[in-house]
Amino acid sequence: MYEAVIGLEVHVQLSTDSKIFSGSSTDFGGEPNTQASLIDLGMPGVLPVPNAKAFEMAVKFGLAIDAEIGQQSIFDRKNYFYPDLPKGYQISQFEKPIVGPGRVLISLEDGTEKTINVTRAHLEEDAGKSIHDAFDGMTGIDLNRAGTPLLEIVSEPELRSAKEAIAYLKVIHSIIRYLDISDGNMAEGSMRCDCNVSIRPRGSETLGTRTEIKNLNSFRFVEKAINTEINRQIEILEDGGRVIQETRLYDPDKDETRSMRSKEEANDYRYFPDPDLLPVVLDDNFISACRDALPELPEARKARYISEYGITGYDAGVLVANRDVADYFAEVANTSGEGKLAANWVMGSILAELNQTGGSITDFSVTAKQLSELIGRIKDNTLNSKTAKTVFEAMLAGDGEVDAIIEFKGLVQFTDTGTIEAFVDEVIAGNPEQVTNYRAASEDKQVKMLGFFVGQVMKRSQGRANPQAVNQILSAKLSG
Amino acid sequence: MSLTSDEVKRVAKLARLGLTEAETTEILTHLNSIIGLVDQMQQIDTDGVAPLAHPLELRQTLRTDAVAETNQRDKFQANAPHVDAGLYLVPRVVE
Repeated sequence: MYEAVIGLEVHVQLSTDSKIFSGSSTDFGGEPNTQASLIDLGMPGVLPVPNAKAFEMAVKFGLAIDAEIGQQSIFDRKNYFYPDLPKGYQISQFEKPIVGPGRVLISLEDGTEKTINVTRAHLEEDAGKSIHDAFDGMTGIDLNRAGTPLLEIVSEPELRSAKEAIAYLKVIHSIIRYLDISDGNMAEGSMRCDCNVSIRPRGSETLGTRTEIKNLNSFRFVEKAINTEINRQIEILEDGGRVIQETRLYDPDKDETRSMRSKEEANDYRYFPDPDLLPVVLDDNFISACRDALPELPEARKARYISEYGITGYDAGVLVANRDVADYFAEVANTSGEGKLAANWVMGSILAELNQTGGSITDFSVTAKQLSELIGRIKDNTLNSKTAKTVFEAMLAGDGEVDAIIEFKGLVQFTDTGTIEAFVDEVIAGNPEQVTNYRAASEDKQVKMLGFFVGQVMKRSQGRANPQAVNQILSAKLSG
Repeated sequence: MSLTSDEVKRVAKLARLGLTEAETTEILTHLNSIIGLVDQMQQIDTDGVAPLAHPLELRQTLRTDAVAETNQRDKFQANAPHVDAGLYLVPRVVE
């Protein structure tokens, strides 16, 4: 049996207004090359000047993962040729990164937790974009993205499966969203992931030869690419072959990875300190100001939600993973005063809906205030779980406010005994055979048979009878 | 230490420089004399001297995060050999 050894390099675009070394805008989606200045174009005679905000964001990330902060950090040139990199080198950090060793905690499927060590995180500039298919024999270059600040976060090879890699990636995503240092939008490339994957016989201490899968831009592709690559490597070893160290690309259409040979030869980056940039020295005040500005992070919030709202660790973990979801839940729980119900509704109905539509909770059609009102109407017995669902769906469709929907659809729950008794009498009179069978049955069978009558009563009441009351009245009348 | 002509060719290739045999030989001589100088510097005792990332012993000044550039695409692209739809066009790079 084999064991996978996986390390991730996560590139996060920092959400500064201007670029890391120039005053160009970092807005996404502008007309090509309208946000590319002389510095971004790599013109001779220009000098890069680093953006303080990028350092602030990197330091906050470092503090959030309990890392050593490089109070003196140095920029190096990483040399390679590609048309979307006009200078012929990328300004990056090699020997002295801004963030040193740190760690994050991931939750595994069996409920246990595992610490994953982060080797380092360094600041660098993003490259431009190449458009290959639009022009005959030519490649189009858009340099709007060139110079966007990136934080590259490198993990130790301590992940053992695609699932663990995803768990790690989600924790990183959650931290950068809580810190609000990036929008973390993988589809737009604000967060991208390179995976280093190797396998070895279980129990072995030596590392196998690794391959690197480049530029994965969704959680799902990361998971699929890693699994595909693990299987490819196992097949090679089983057939008596050897894995070659190389860079590979994942093809989601074919669900396979393929070699990217062009990268091999260029893999000699000849790093050296960039003479255009002096060492950046951050004093204690800068770092303590970053520390003071740290928000409550996911782990802390999870613990608080468990104790404040009486929800389970699992539920709290799901709810805090996304800061906006966590805020939404807290608003519903606080307004309605019902932590558990709020957790059930947010997880069961809202997250399920968002998963399906791929939408975001910040522009979800049911607001936290509306959901609180809905829960209020469950609490005061106006609605039961079935009619509440109907109201929720109506709100999803944009039919308006809770009370208006209840009135318009005539959903007020019957709680008065007289009305329910009338329904029960009708059902008993209309099903003499079932009643006889019920009365003849043993007690444990009666429990199961009661479901039929409850169903009939609910049907007659158009789902509006209070189920507890129906149960009580039915059992009483049937046994009498 | 001295370089071989194969090493010069490799470095030239990484720098995307096309050298003739004669140029390779000439550059080999120049580079070797520079490496000779480096060899000489290596003999200086630097124990206890902290490595220096930059010859100026100064700290980098940081900039406030603010957009200060305006769109000057037309001006910049007037210099480019090929542009289309706002993009710089270069000989096709195939991945």
